[in-house]
Amino acid sequence: MSDKNITCECGHINPYGTEICEVCGKPLQGDLESKKLLNMRYEGSARRSQTYKTTIIDKIWNFFSSVKVGIWIIVLLLVASAIGTIFPQEMYIPPLSDPTVYYKEQYGVLGQLYYDLGFHNLYGSWWYMLLIAALGLSLIVASLDRFVPLYRSLKKQRVIRHESFMKRQKYFGVTEMKENTANLQEIKKALENKRYHVKEEDGHLFAEKNRFSRWGPYVNHIGLILFLIGGMLRFFPGMYVDEVLWLREGETEKIKGTEEAYYLQSDGFILETYDNNDEKFKNAIEESGQAAVAKNYQTDAVLYKQVGERIAGTEPKLEKVKEHPIQVNKPLKFDGYAVYQVDYKLNELQSMSFTMDNKETGESVGDLTIDLYNPDKSYDLESGYRVEVMDYFPDFEFNDEGEPTTKSKVPNNPAFILNMVSPTHPDGEVAFVAIKQNLEPLGENDYKMSFQNVDTKNVSGLVVRKDNTLWILAIGGAIFMIGVIQGMYWNHRRIWIRRKENDIWLSSHTNKNWYGLKRELESITSQTGLQMPMDQAEQKK
Amino acid sequence: MAQLSSNLLYVAFFIYFAASIVFAISLFGRKWRKSDEETHARKWGMWGFALSTVGFLFQLSYFITRWIAAGHAPVSNLFEFTTFFGMAMVFAFLIIYLIYRSNVIGVFAMPVAIIVIAYASVFPSDIQPLIPALQSNWLKIHVTTAALGEGILSISFAAGLVYLVKTVNQTKASKSTFWLEFVMYSLISTIAFVVLSLGFEAAGYSTTYQFIDQNEQQVTVDYTLPALAGPNNGEYVSGNEFGPLFETPGWMKGEKAAHKLNTLIWSMVGGLVFYGLIRLILRRRIGAAIQPTLKNVNEELVDEIQYRAVAIGFPVFTLGALIFAMIWAQAAWTRFWGWDPKEVWALVTFLFYAAYLHLRLSRGWQGEKSAWLAVVGFVIIMLNLVVVNLVISGLHSYA
Repeated sequence: MSDKNITCECGHINPYGTEICEVCGKPLQGDLESKKLLNMRYEGSARRSQTYKTTIIDKIWNFFSSVKVGIWIIVLLLVASAIGTIFPQEMYIPPLSDPTVYYKEQYGVLGQLYYDLGFHNLYGSWWYMLLIAALGLSLIVASLDRFVPLYRSLKKQRVIRHESFMKRQKYFGVTEMKENTANLQEIKKALENKRYHVKEEDGHLFAEKNRFSRWGPYVNHIGLILFLIGGMLRFFPGMYVDEVLWLREGETEKIKGTEEAYYLQSDGFILETYDNNDEKFKNAIEESGQAAVAKNYQTDAVLYKQVGERIAGTEPKLEKVKEHPIQVNKPLKFDGYAVYQVDYKLNELQSMSFTMDNKETGESVGDLTIDLYNPDKSYDLESGYRVEVMDYFPDFEFNDEGEPTTKSKVPNNPAFILNMVSPTHPDGEVAFVAIKQNLEPLGENDYKMSFQNVDTKNVSGLVVRKDNTLWILAIGGAIFMIGVIQGMYWNHRRIWIRRKENDIWLSSHTNKNWYGLKRELESITSQTGLQMPMDQAEQKK
Repeated sequence: MAQLSSNLLYVAFFIYFAASIVFAISLFGRKWRKSDEETHARKWGMWGFALSTVGFLFQLSYFITRWIAAGHAPVSNLFEFTTFFGMAMVFAFLIIYLIYRSNVIGVFAMPVAIIVIAYASVFPSDIQPLIPALQSNWLKIHVTTAALGEGILSISFAAGLVYLVKTVNQTKASKSTFWLEFVMYSLISTIAFVVLSLGFEAAGYSTTYQFIDQNEQQVTVDYTLPALAGPNNGEYVSGNEFGPLFETPGWMKGEKAAHKLNTLIWSMVGGLVFYGLIRLILRRRIGAAIQPTLKNVNEELVDEIQYRAVAIGFPVFTLGALIFAMIWAQAAWTRFWGWDPKEVWALVTFLFYAAYLHLRLSRGWQGEKSAWLAVVGFVIIMLNLVVVNLVISGLHSYA
């Protein structure tokens, strides 16, 4: 491989594939005297992708290093992402609806097609993931392919540039020295006033500024790669916790996902709404057509931490950590976890109270209150009266066979099969008791349960999150921003000044913002009496 | 205070209008023989810039007084956001003008900002209370930065439009002339939409229909424009008795599908009428009519401005619409990213301008190609503002 290196007339040995000598700038390929402007992209350095094209690895490398391929990946991602918004994604359709019918019912044939193509879950599909992976690969390969040789070239560039290099820059001009022409030191001064770093060699000048801006793209690509890695880390166990926690007022619950180390107690849920007669918002609330506009959702929470080992069958020992009102936008944070206010239920049934009555006399023989979350096995009413809970259906319905069953563990529609024991019926009488229902399935009873009232509580819907990937995403995002700003808000400008007999040659290059460079050159040339260089790209037209 | 605030906005609107005209005058140097062209352009350009600045200050006062009146940053619904977006465009233009002193950008950028602000006026402008999800400092930080980014990117559209009007060959009809006219027509349709909406609203026009929606619920819908497209199997309830001329086809689903279709038809037809009238008067393409006035415009400079606006706007947009958005989403919605349509469209915008930059910097897409991309970029921004908020429902549907 080394025998393929290119030795320039200045003596520098350039890597195989170099187009412009790294040191003196002499064009190494093509006709030296052609009027064509030099292609200054990546400084004409030897990029692997442009040099090696035979093996499989070369081909894969070249594929992913191509900006054209990169742009195609970006465009495909763009189009795919947009398609994903035509109809709602599966995660946004109403919770209990069946996606197989939902899309057809709501959006007709197009909806059905959308579902059949798998677009209802587009962002989690294998091919979308593959596109993102391809983007990541492209970012890495394309950056390496360009950064290394570009860095070499800019590091090695010398003050004196080959004539052919200078002549073939966009801005190039020759000034014949006259009395009023500034000398080299004055030119140097003028350049330094424009914040150029000026180097001098044998009566020639090389002025450069903002070279760091050239690294912007590579910095921002590093940021993006970190961000993508951060996104991947989520799938590793322990990095990510996402649990729903329903917490009733006054209750203390283990916080799921915290390995039972933490407990949360609710001292109450608060729902506040805006005053409909508030002068400021009156019109808007009326316009909205809503009965009320929510102002605050809040769970007054107390966080506890378990102390010591928990012995099975005993209550854990808890130590208060802190109190925090959890509001939307103000999660409770502790130990890498955050607990968010996301939902609520008002007036959830908590307990029901009944009296046991003698049907004939109408007299009550005692009363009882059943905790709907934790009913006792039996309630003693004294003087030989007792009520036994034979069966409990918190969310009662009849199943397909017509048998009583429960839909969930939440007491939305509680029902009981109770056995009423009395001195006259020591074996008890069976009653089926539900809201507004009182059945006697085993025949006429002498006693009945009369509903008295219910106790309700508010329930907070909370989400427990831990996301250990956030720090790397934050770093990735920050690096990306730094890179983009570095690359976009500064421009790498260079001016070469070369003495040739009685002439001063000046040529200049910038990686972008030619207008800015032109204004700067105008200012420098007018101060020094140099000829304003021509825009050779424009001349050719 | 709220009244004062909306008056300030009116004043700003008319000053912007004046500024546009002054910028236009600055271009007609040849017809105003009193001074040589350069002095003429510089003088009128200065006035245009001064007026734009004054207009901007008035709108800034609107913004501040409304903030005081509402007690929160006035960027919380479509009316407030869209006016702010217009203001961000003007601000971005002022900055670009300070760098490049280009009058012709003002001729195109100011009217676009005016159309954007006029479009905002169609939405209810009552001061709304903030729902809990919006009660955060990130509201002002995220929304203003994102809008500023979009405002700067819009200047790129204005510059791209200048470039196209100046360079597209108008001697014969081509794809380029067609699409350029289409851009003009779209801008005119937006004006038509605003004029029709405000006109019929002022006249108190309203018709109510009821129909059965796809969830088999009886719903009513209020039309504020005469009904061309009525609801599918809709029944007249009350109000003006005109129409409907036909029913919205059944495959167009969604509660407000018929109403949206009706509005769209009115805007398109209205735009067509306006556009047709203008063509009748000019007797040639709008692009062809404007082209001669841009004779002295330096197209390379315009191309440079077009690119520079993206170079400046892209980082601002990314910061506001993606990074700040993610930080806020993590606090308000428990996750920094959730594929909500508005989030996705911010990503689409980001990807589009990323592709733009790569095409320009690495593939040499300059001049006309780049100008078309700038136009498409603006279309994407507008889609994100209009369609995503009004057609696709998601977490961002506050208005």
